[in-house]
Amino acid sequence: MGHPTWGRVHWGRFWCNVCRPMDFLTQYKNALFLIAILLAQAIALAVQVRSPLDPAQPDGPSVRLIRMWAMTAVTPVERVTHAIGSGAGHGWSDYIDLRHVRQQNKDLQQQIARMRIEDAAIAEDALQGRRLQAMLGFRESYVGSTVAAEVIGASGSEQTRVLTIDKGSRDGLRPDMAVITQDGVVGKLRDVFPTTSQVLEINDQSSGAGVVLATTRIRAILRGTLGGRVQIGNLTADSRIQPGEQVLTSGGDQVYPRGLPVGVVESIAPDPDHQPYTAIRVRPAVDLDRVEEVLVITGTQADLTPAAQQDLAAAEAQHAADLSAERLPGIHDDETPAAAGGANGAAAATPPAANAPPVVPRPLPTLHSDRFSSGSTPPASEMTPGAASSQQPPPPQAQPQPKATK
Amino acid sequence: MMVTRSYMSRREVEQQSFSLSVTIFVPLGAVLLQVLLPRVFHGLAVLDLPFIATLFFAISRRSPIAGTVTGAAIGLLQDVLTGQPIGVNGMAKSVIGYAGASLGSRIDVENTKTRALLTFGFSLVQSVLLYLIERRLLGIRAFHLLWLHELLRAAANTAVALPVCLLLDRAKHQE
Repeated sequence: MGHPTWGRVHWGRFWCNVCRPMDFLTQYKNALFLIAILLAQAIALAVQVRSPLDPAQPDGPSVRLIRMWAMTAVTPVERVTHAIGSGAGHGWSDYIDLRHVRQQNKDLQQQIARMRIEDAAIAEDALQGRRLQAMLGFRESYVGSTVAAEVIGASGSEQTRVLTIDKGSRDGLRPDMAVITQDGVVGKLRDVFPTTSQVLEINDQSSGAGVVLATTRIRAILRGTLGGRVQIGNLTADSRIQPGEQVLTSGGDQVYPRGLPVGVVESIAPDPDHQPYTAIRVRPAVDLDRVEEVLVITGTQADLTPAAQQDLAAAEAQHAADLSAERLPGIHDDETPAAAGGANGAAAATPPAANAPPVVPRPLPTLHSDRFSSGSTPPASEMTPGAASSQQPPPPQAQPQPKATK
Repeated sequence: MMVTRSYMSRREVEQQSFSLSVTIFVPLGAVLLQVLLPRVFHGLAVLDLPFIATLFFAISRRSPIAGTVTGAAIGLLQDVLTGQPIGVNGMAKSVIGYAGASLGSRIDVENTKTRALLTFGFSLVQSVLLYLIERRLLGIRAFHLLWLHELLRAAANTAVALPVCLLLDRAKHQE
């Protein structure tokens, strides 16, 4: 009775015990137990890693049930911990750490002012893009509806990059829905349980997304690596691709809507494992290690949302007004207080009726008229081609014209 | 026969047990902390608290079957929560539990230096086991073993394991 020796197996006794099953089982019960446990888990692994019939559900029903039970048991603890942590964090950020709020407020106001100026130009570009896409028959997917969720847990492993959020199938979530923040793409839903869901981040080694490089419009596939990085590995060397180029979702994977920011090209180097391809490392737009709140895209639509359309229309109107102000003479700027007073001033103060014809602006009378002044030239119907004009002075003869030579 | 009797006597004398609450809640707490701590600081994902719990219970109980069961249970729970295929950590920690218990019955595991050496060594063994499972069994070609990273992980696990084990030593029941 004892334990099997490590590296000192007594083969004679081993074969002797094989002939006596009970003695064999007794002597090697520990090793046999380990082998049985390993064998059972290996079989379970083999069953799991088979290609799933439904891509939206990577786990089989039994595995999914096990995960759901475990998540249900763990979620309350995660919620409590998250609530305590966020409460302490908010207490600190809301009441204690207010040192830079005034400066931040000033910076944000300046940023808003800059963005208002850029907004009009972007709106026109967007309209132009939509017109061109309509001409080419493209259908673009816009984010239609989203569900906000809080991150309450992580995988806690370096092999997987999975987040746990506090919304599940009861909130309308389904597997393979895209998860984003205001900065860009976070990942997609992997397992969805009744009250929680697991988000597979884009830097997980099993994650992938169809992307397009913003400037060069090169399409590629983005994948996560074991080290938690994000890289494009299916492109050959191309001198047009430079660090700093923005990477957007292409919409081709049917998971992420088109045009969402994914990150920025960080470095480009030859891929030693897959020649002649290059390993283009991408810095994610979202700090994936510090995600607190996310938006799950629950629906997309072919047109913009009504609110977005209103914003776009307002921006378009503002832009049109800005263009008119730049191109037309400013009739109101030149009005003197005297001209604006009296009857005219009363008329100017009265807003025009909705159906009134548009007022054509008239230029102010010239102080020193010449032949270019308005009204000094007779109508074209009274003019004769080739006739000398008595009203126009002859052109000045500065010097005699040289004769044409043949 | 004398050697065998002496060996059995020593094992039985030094075999230690834990209360039911410690047996259940310490591994559960280790797995939960493993899930929660990287939310606070992502660098803490380098630690493997379930591994530390597995090794501590295995070398304390000195029963290979108990060590295997403990390792399998902790590893499987870790797999369920991390989204990995169920069995990856389960298999690795089963072997760690078995080997830890087998070794724990032969050497003095109460010594701090021995404990540090065991934790460091078994952490590397677990990294190799995970590599074999991911690369060979699951066929994930992108899985690489970064030795420097694994050495750092083993050092971090050892640094955390020593005070944790000293704390958990108070929960032992000598038999």
